[in-house]
Amino acid sequence: MSKTTTRKKSTTKKKTSSPNGSGNAEGVTDVVDVEQAKAEYDKRRKSQIGAIKKLDKDLLREMLYQMVLGRVFEQKCAEVYRIGKIGGFCHLYIGQEAIAVGVQMALEERDYVIGSYRDHVQAMVQGISPEAVLAELYGRAGGNVGGKGGSMHMFSKEKNFFGGHGIVGGQIGVATGMAFAQKYKETGGVTVCYFGEAAVNQGIFHESLNMAELWNLPVIYICENNKYGMGTSQTRAMSISSIAKKAEGYAMEGEFVDGMDVMAVRDATERAVKRARDESRPTLLEIRAYRFMGHSMSDPGKYRTTEEIKKYQERDPIALFQDSLKDAKVFNDKDFEEILEKAKAKTQEAVEFAENSPLPDESELYTGIYA
Amino acid sequence: MAELTIRDALNEALREEIIRDEDVFIMGEEVAEYDGAYKVTRGLWKEFGDKRVIDTPITELGFAAVGVGAAMAGLRPVIEFMTMNFSVLASDQIINHAAKMLYMSDGQFNVPIVFRGPNGSAYQVSSQHSQAFEAFYANFPGLKVVMPSTAADAKGLLKSAIRDDNPVMFLEQERMYGLKSEVPEDDDFTIPLGVADVKREGTDCTVVARSMTVPLAMQAAEQMQSENDVSVEVIDPRTIKPLDIDTIVESVKKTNRLVIAEESHSFASVGAEISHQVMEHAFDYLDAPIKRISTAEAPMPYAKNLEELALPDVPKIVEGIKEVCYL
Repeated sequence: MSKTTTRKKSTTKKKTSSPNGSGNAEGVTDVVDVEQAKAEYDKRRKSQIGAIKKLDKDLLREMLYQMVLGRVFEQKCAEVYRIGKIGGFCHLYIGQEAIAVGVQMALEERDYVIGSYRDHVQAMVQGISPEAVLAELYGRAGGNVGGKGGSMHMFSKEKNFFGGHGIVGGQIGVATGMAFAQKYKETGGVTVCYFGEAAVNQGIFHESLNMAELWNLPVIYICENNKYGMGTSQTRAMSISSIAKKAEGYAMEGEFVDGMDVMAVRDATERAVKRARDESRPTLLEIRAYRFMGHSMSDPGKYRTTEEIKKYQERDPIALFQDSLKDAKVFNDKDFEEILEKAKAKTQEAVEFAENSPLPDESELYTGIYA
Repeated sequence: MAELTIRDALNEALREEIIRDEDVFIMGEEVAEYDGAYKVTRGLWKEFGDKRVIDTPITELGFAAVGVGAAMAGLRPVIEFMTMNFSVLASDQIINHAAKMLYMSDGQFNVPIVFRGPNGSAYQVSSQHSQAFEAFYANFPGLKVVMPSTAADAKGLLKSAIRDDNPVMFLEQERMYGLKSEVPEDDDFTIPLGVADVKREGTDCTVVARSMTVPLAMQAAEQMQSENDVSVEVIDPRTIKPLDIDTIVESVKKTNRLVIAEESHSFASVGAEISHQVMEHAFDYLDAPIKRISTAEAPMPYAKNLEELALPDVPKIVEGIKEVCYL
């Protein structure tokens, strides 16, 4: 990157905008309230159904299948965790499926993905098999990383999945370096980085955004704001509520996205990907989500009310997408039933694979420490 | 052979590796336009430009992370810390990310990166700029730790570190940047990591020294030879991890006495590790308890007299040799 391109800066930037309906002309709108999110969704729903009608049916089927598979798979993880099949930590993605699917369906093969410890579904959407993910959770030799990483550390070099990472926010800096390499090597690829809203309070978030904008890196920072960092709500941990607005502090584009709406997630990601690929510029997306389960399987969840959880569950991303697909007359209940059965069968295959996969050989303790 | 300072030997290594491999770049604070805080990168930005020699904001954790991510994606970054004291800010990336990535990913993602910069004391820069970090970093599987003491070693080891497929902590010493010695004139001159060097042969006592204590140990050895007729062997492991313990053990089996001189605190130090390994492998050969000469168990003071008191020096090493020789 030449100094001339890295140092022309920010006075000519466009205003931050949010064309998916959750923003306004003045820039980003902070859609904190679930009722408000619902109202915004209802407003854009009609045009969205029109857009769905124009999309490839196989793509739509795959999107729904990946969301349903993610849900069924994670429910199975919870079930087998409770009977002691899975050790350690186990952070489930239930309620956030629209994000991994909406984001990653907007990517190309040459693009990179990296995320946090809540990584099962992102890994599967990226092409790592449910069998390999579940066997990893079981700590078996057939696991995605041979039983060495467990729930938090899925990786696939072949699928450009740069991990599952367990230090809150650490991957934000690594992603910045991955995008640096893509630019250095002129691959035309972009990097997508997932993290939760609590990671935004770590120094690495700010250090990374500064460098990404300073050096024009093709990176998309995706904050999955599920409102709670373990048991601490965002309101108790962050001095402002608007994470997307933090992008402005680095002269970066930022956008709020409704994380229950897979089409909105996909649209926002496509805009960010275009910006990264065509202009080599970073974006911060704050995708408002909600996890229907606890932070991890050991979380009793006493910090939020049943009413609150119920309110968000009424906007279940799978149900919303199915309603739209139905209204667009793309799929009917029978199709949904088929997709659900296929996901259940795939999950059952994963269970059988994991159950039958041997433990790692003891010699594996000392392999892969040095290259 | 050319006589070079350690600073210029490091500069040559960087320059040659940048030319040799287009994936090599150097990044850090003041490495480009300012020519390096200690001038190790002098002239490189002018020669190679912004793509290969990159000034960063003061954001150690951030640019260390950029290095880790870039290395995972196939580049070979050299990350300069203005001093290793600042590497502590980046230690999450070094320890939790770089060191563990290959293992966690079951061998899929290696991190070929060099973190380099001056380690240990300088000249009256007080507590927060004088720490020696080799024991800290050597504790983590997945990292390699290198500490050169001559210009030839600095060049040959840095080139090997850059070519290595693992994360390497390359620990220099500010007091030593101006020291001159002979370096082979060969663009492909390298020294393998993990091989100790016998800096001086002797028969009566072994001194294991590294980085700044190597020239001190050499002076102490000369003094012991001329004043006490004691023949001292000086061994520089050069790489702390992996450690070439065999060369040290062989020497102890010959001399039966061991002094370890190190510029770090003694508690849980590399010297403690060497001492333990020698006990495991050569216990029956020792004619005296192993003696360690280390930095005082105190943060580094500013006052010149106190700083001198805290650090290893030639008289302290001479005293140590005399002690194990019962002189």
